Amino acid sequence: MQKIINGKAYVLGDNIDTDQIIPAEHLVYSLSDPQESKKYGQFALSGVPRERAGLPDGGVPFITDGNYESEYSIIIGGSNFGCGSSREHAPFALQKAGVKVVVAESYARIFYRNAVDGGFIVPLETTEILKTALKTGDAIEINLNTLKLTNQSDGQTYTLVHPGDVLPIIEAGGLFQYARKAGMIEG
Amino acid sequence: MPMTITEKILAKASGRDAVKPGENIWLNVDTLMTHDVCGPPTIQIWKDEFGGQAKIWDKQKLVIFPDHYIFTNDPHANRNVSILRQFAQEHQLPNYYDVGGERYKGVCHIALAEEGFNRPGTVLIGTDSHTCTAGAFGLFATGVGNTDAAFILGTGKIWEKVPESMKFIFEGEKPEYLTAKDFILQILGDITTDGATYRAMEFDGRAVYDLNIDERMTLTNMAVEAGGMNGIIAADARTEAYINERSSQPYTVFKSDADAGYHSVYEYKASELEPVVAQPHSPDNRAVVRKVQGRKITKAYIGSCTGGKMADFVAAARILKDREVKVPTFVVPASTAVARQLKEDKVNGKTIHQILSDAGCVIAPSSCAACLGGPADTIGRSVDKDVVISTTNRNFPGRMGSKQAEVYLASPLTVAASAVNGVITDPRDAMG
Repeated sequence: MQKIINGKAYVLGDNIDTDQIIPAEHLVYSLSDPQESKKYGQFALSGVPRERAGLPDGGVPFITDGNYESEYSIIIGGSNFGCGSSREHAPFALQKAGVKVVVAESYARIFYRNAVDGGFIVPLETTEILKTALKTGDAIEINLNTLKLTNQSDGQTYTLVHPGDVLPIIEAGGLFQYARKAGMIEG
Repeated sequence: MPMTITEKILAKASGRDAVKPGENIWLNVDTLMTHDVCGPPTIQIWKDEFGGQAKIWDKQKLVIFPDHYIFTNDPHANRNVSILRQFAQEHQLPNYYDVGGERYKGVCHIALAEEGFNRPGTVLIGTDSHTCTAGAFGLFATGVGNTDAAFILGTGKIWEKVPESMKFIFEGEKPEYLTAKDFILQILGDITTDGATYRAMEFDGRAVYDLNIDERMTLTNMAVEAGGMNGIIAADARTEAYINERSSQPYTVFKSDADAGYHSVYEYKASELEPVVAQPHSPDNRAVVRKVQGRKITKAYIGSCTGGKMADFVAAARILKDREVKVPTFVVPASTAVARQLKEDKVNGKTIHQILSDAGCVIAPSSCAACLGGPADTIGRSVDKDVVISTTNRNFPGRMGSKQAEVYLASPLTVAASAVNGVITDPRDAMG
């Protein structure tokens, strides 16, 4: 897996629930059909109220009209990121939009599991309050070896929390890949 | 070693004598439940990952209830139900409850109870966050996504981290103007939407055990709104009577040891609590109804796995009897069994269905409906700047449809009282 990730930050607040990540009316599309599943990218984060979309100013579209991918590949959140429903469509939509990593103060359990077990994005935790320290559009580098996040716009560095027991699943790229490596399932 | 009920069930399911919070374990799953939104992608992952060897680990343990997007013309939504139907036919699944006939049940969490799948002491995993509802029967029940469900479909196993437990005790007698919804909204206001993340929420006390099964399910249902991994109420005689009527499968009643360890213990005196709402836009944004009474509403909604059970309509009917609603009021029985019972159970000679209908409520067929917004043609869906008072479970921005709408979550008593006045109303002012 990629250990150094560079991208532009898209900053959100606390309690970004799964309806904000992908509104329920869009959950009808196929996740496996290559053309249809692009819609998940198109509508990723479309449920975030305008004034809270892309902090600190808000009003920053995550995806511009007519596009399926975002220019922002790193999401910065506050506490309880991904709360709400069990829809795996949520981390899937972020992945389809081109997101590689989410960094938040904490996650809701099911979103975290889905992100890791499906291998869609890497969910990282931090004890630092990045939702106010960083701005949407900041150039970010995340180093998974040293667990550091650097804001290349001002040189500031922040510490990330070690993922603990789930690291082998993250490194394998998902639950099935992990289970094959561990000999739990064949193939 | 002393253990909580959750720890005892997880120990049994992982083949150990004991487990401790924080341990990562593999569980043997007793029941896997899925529905029309997450079933099709789960099946696809199972096919892709297991390939030609893809085999359902135990057909008897797989339960599928289409329930989310049922009464809609959305072609993609209807295609998802077709995928489930085809899968069930291909594999001769015994527990598939198809749309459009006698077998259709409605909302999965209520149907699981009614069909006897909620057996005490078992592990039930579902592709829906409100799977925690089943914990009202003293079992371990939690929600997962498609990948975890696909893994279970092929192997019967899931990894979990043993949660710490939090205990919520409601002592004394519940006043008649409160329901279990007020209890859980009270807790949410106290601990917030991530106050129980990765933890078990155990409910206890006389006022909990005085609740009927429907009301107990309201408590465990909203455990996930506090981030809880599971909600749980140890089985008692009432639970056993309910399950014995519906299942001949074995079950085990576990109870927490008196000296088991808890992350925290919260104690409430039921008689001291007041009717509450969760204000927009979060289930933990609690206010006593007295503080927000008079706020104009544009819609009222009584439905969902949280607030569309028989007990919820019985409560609403107490207030709506011989009255008329002032705003559009939607009644969506969670299950087809509830819908039938509404037409059978009578209060002073009138069926509850008749009472609700005479009051001017729109009674819709059973499904998840507008609790989660749904396709554009979903009945009761919020539009524009609707102000909705609802017995459902979430009020994050856009949850019931429109991003501009405001949703207040409340008990069926408070929703009915508010519907009658067109403004948020304390049920004490509407009960004779």
